[in-house]
Amino acid sequence: MQIITRVKNNLSDTMVMSGRCMRHAFRSMDTLITVIATPIFMMLMFVYVFGGAIDTGSINYINFVVPGIVIMCIATGTAYSAMRLNNDMTKGIIDRFRSMPIAKSSILAAHVLTSVVFNTFSVVVVMLSAILMGFRTQAGITEWLVVIGILLLFTLALTWISMMFGLLANSMEGAVGYSYLFLILIFLSSAFVPIKSMHGIVRSFAEYQPMTPIIESIRSLLTGVPAGNSALISVLWCSGMLITSYIAAMQIYKHKLA
Amino acid sequence: MIQMNTAISVSGLEKSYKNLKVLKGINFTVKQGSIFALLGSNGSGKTTMIKILTTLLKPDKGSAQICDFDVVRQSDQVRGKISLTGQSAAVDEILTGRENLRMIGKLRHLPDANNKTDELLEQFDLLDAADRRVATYSGGMRRKLDLAMSLIGNPSVVFLDEPTTGLDPQGRIAMWGIIKDFSHSGVTVFLTTQYLEEADELADQIAILNEGKIVAEGTATELKKLIPHGYIELGFRDEKELQLAHDLLDEYNASLNQENQTLSIATDGSIKQMTNILNRLENGDIPVAVFSQKLPTLEDVFLTIIGENKGKGHDT
Repeated sequence: MQIITRVKNNLSDTMVMSGRCMRHAFRSMDTLITVIATPIFMMLMFVYVFGGAIDTGSINYINFVVPGIVIMCIATGTAYSAMRLNNDMTKGIIDRFRSMPIAKSSILAAHVLTSVVFNTFSVVVVMLSAILMGFRTQAGITEWLVVIGILLLFTLALTWISMMFGLLANSMEGAVGYSYLFLILIFLSSAFVPIKSMHGIVRSFAEYQPMTPIIESIRSLLTGVPAGNSALISVLWCSGMLITSYIAAMQIYKHKLA
Repeated sequence: MIQMNTAISVSGLEKSYKNLKVLKGINFTVKQGSIFALLGSNGSGKTTMIKILTTLLKPDKGSAQICDFDVVRQSDQVRGKISLTGQSAAVDEILTGRENLRMIGKLRHLPDANNKTDELLEQFDLLDAADRRVATYSGGMRRKLDLAMSLIGNPSVVFLDEPTTGLDPQGRIAMWGIIKDFSHSGVTVFLTTQYLEEADELADQIAILNEGKIVAEGTATELKKLIPHGYIELGFRDEKELQLAHDLLDEYNASLNQENQTLSIATDGSIKQMTNILNRLENGDIPVAVFSQKLPTLEDVFLTIIGENKGKGHDT
């Protein structure tokens, strides 16, 4: 009986904390503009300004660029997850929570859940705008399920990385720092231009860094362009990032809340 | 050892941050339903003390019990009994006042969190602002909400870390009223403050914390008795009369203040002694231009004790 009560309280605490976190995410104009409006704006720029000059072979530029835009959307989205967690850990409210008899895991769990929900929401909005701008796909249910799977795995991996940085950093600026690394990786991948148009060293870097297989596998699933075993490589990269950052973040969290 | 009506008991508590000893063996007990003030200047260790009692920090040595639960070994039970209002108002700015209260109510697993929220909003005069985001609240309103959030779980012991720091005088007086009110309902209040008048106004028991040690403890009246005498101040019309009076009152060890043309004389507070002094001046034909009696304030006590302590120890 005691265990059941504990599990019930645990779940209830996590739900209450998540409710709080979600309000933080969805009530922040800044977050909504940066995470959702910026990728849409980027998409407009690339499709209507630069896209014409980029040779993407047999597929439309809009169809080419959507996977990269979605990945970028998730990278900036999780930066806000890091910021929210960092804010909680460095402000007075954490002392209030810690001095209350609540499930310790509930705070972090709420941030992770919020990050996944918010990023799913923003990806859907960005995808819908892409469709309005002419994005089309022949993907069937299986392909869509794999795309959703990869995107979820990527979101989870970046969420846990963001949790790690959010916990470690002393300030908000420090907490979001990692996201710039991801933005650079995205620009140095096949997100906006085909890799074969890149210069020597940059090209080999682009080929072997994780963003390229993730973007190419999604592109391949949505447009039918072959991309070898990039789906498998993406899953391996994402799982690796997820497991490492999960372990690290949990250790830091336990240490901080001890 | 521990009596039934003890809410907080602390013995031999020590805490260091790296090489810096912040608490150097603290002992005290707080009776259930009373208001206890830990008085000290910045850096005296007040916040560290509160953090240990509210389970946020572990002590290096010694022990502390809240309602007979040990703060280290039974921290979960302790958390069920207490609430903490920290120095920086621990309210959620993005949520509304009502949402803040409901959140804490639900985290405390209250079956009627919503009703309790409405009650507290009314009690703390926050109904009008209840559905506005806390970001729009004034400093005083935030403090009130903060306190309401501390009370929603019906805690036995409420910890207030400098509850009025940063408030304007009106806000401070309002806050005092609120603290007294809920203390009447049987809640034990442990507060830290750097304001002597606050401790004097609120606390049943005061402990003065200085450089990690409790240097004096008692009721405000008891502490004031530590400086046994008040003093009287006599003002005169000119230098000459001042000097004459000084000579005349030689046996009272009057101290001369040339600048204000006043004499200060320590007294035992008795009417007889004061009459003697005034009579002697009257007989010597020296008119007293200004007469005032100074009772010892908590501030005198504080400064005297801290001063003595500084003398014994090292100068900082």
